[in-house]
Amino acid sequence: MRKSVAVALVLVAVGLGIVGLGAGAREGTASARQKPDTAAVKIDNFSFAPGILTVPVGTTVTWTNRDDIPHTVVSTEGVFKSKVLDTEETFSFTFGKAGTYQYFCSIHPKMTGKVVVQ
Amino acid sequence: MSEKNNDELLNDHNHDGVDRRGFLKCMAWAGTGALCVMDGGVLKSFSLSEMSRPRPRAAGELSFVQISDSHMGFSKAANPDVVGTLKAAVDKINGLAAPPEFMLHTGDISHLSKPDEFDTVDQILKSATPKDVFFVPGEHDVLNDDGQQYLERYGKGTKGAGWYSFDKKGVHLIGLVNVLNLKAGGLGTLGPEQLAWMKADVERLKHSTPIVVFAHIPLWSVYPEWGWGTEDSAQALSYLKKFGSVTVLNGHIHQTMQKVEGNVTFHTAASTAFPQPQPGKADSPGPLKVPAEQLRSVLGITDVNYVRGQHALAVVDSSLA
Repeated sequence: MRKSVAVALVLVAVGLGIVGLGAGAREGTASARQKPDTAAVKIDNFSFAPGILTVPVGTTVTWTNRDDIPHTVVSTEGVFKSKVLDTEETFSFTFGKAGTYQYFCSIHPKMTGKVVVQ
Repeated sequence: MSEKNNDELLNDHNHDGVDRRGFLKCMAWAGTGALCVMDGGVLKSFSLSEMSRPRPRAAGELSFVQISDSHMGFSKAANPDVVGTLKAAVDKINGLAAPPEFMLHTGDISHLSKPDEFDTVDQILKSATPKDVFFVPGEHDVLNDDGQQYLERYGKGTKGAGWYSFDKKGVHLIGLVNVLNLKAGGLGTLGPEQLAWMKADVERLKHSTPIVVFAHIPLWSVYPEWGWGTEDSAQALSYLKKFGSVTVLNGHIHQTMQKVEGNVTFHTAASTAFPQPQPGKADSPGPLKVPAEQLRSVLGITDVNYVRGQHALAVVDSSLA
């Protein structure tokens, strides 16, 4: 049992390595891959800032709710969905694929934002 | 929304001494104490000083009270003691001259849909004189589980996501749910299933039946920029055109506002927890911090009275101060 878990872990690690190399080779920024990219979106005054965030593939984006009212971060296409975020709570999602990701607050749907992954 | 600087009546369509400015007065904060009476589709307003005179009460009168937006669990600067203010609201209800037969809670019972938040509200409301409470959910009551917990607690005997209707002394009351399945960029939503149910529900009623509709998010376009409206409310209201007396009671915007459109009177109740800014008067609709000594003057309850035979529903806001 323990052995099979270890094998699975190795396989996962190899898999990640291949994906990482592939992305790096494609964009020619292998060195930048050494440290995972992070980016932040603040929720303030019932809005996402920045409203449009552009990041490289592999970036982990963290949303922080700084309002006195709870909010959520929900992908319009169902790619990601946070639990409700009370004041100062955070939600993170790692974008592994290029694309444009629209999202909104499911409690206050007038609040919308976009992450562009390149 | 502009406010005139004089008391001249500019548009006295109903010849009742109430013009746009009169409506704006009705739309003022709960603490200012406007009383708006609908009588045969004509809105009349009186000041609270006039109201303090004993009013004649007809037999068979139905009196109920609306509370809203108790946001149990909220503890930020705008009101660190939402338990205290909800208890004050119950005291206010228990002190009403005409004991209400039941209560409506128009949603945002809890702040974060936590079981202990619902428990606390239920416990506090037990000390109210009226024993029956009819709920509709606010968006804060259906977090994380699409309203499953809400339905288990408050939805017995309801349809769909928790909508239902009932009759009291000849008045037909309809509780609607407009806080689920909200779409990006959109407003509150009733949805086709609920609309079909509502259409069938009212079809069988006589035109003379007074109708009360209650839901969390306003069923009229208060301020769409802040999401203060419901996408498909026009469809719902189209089913009510045949009725002579329709009263729509909402919460969500944490301030009192009133509008009359044809046979329909729209009214929003104050919160028992914290006020929100007037439409467009702040960067966002977030909780409005007022000096502690003023807080209870901007929180309140709404007392609704129906006098049989007069087709009148009187909607009275009282602050907790």
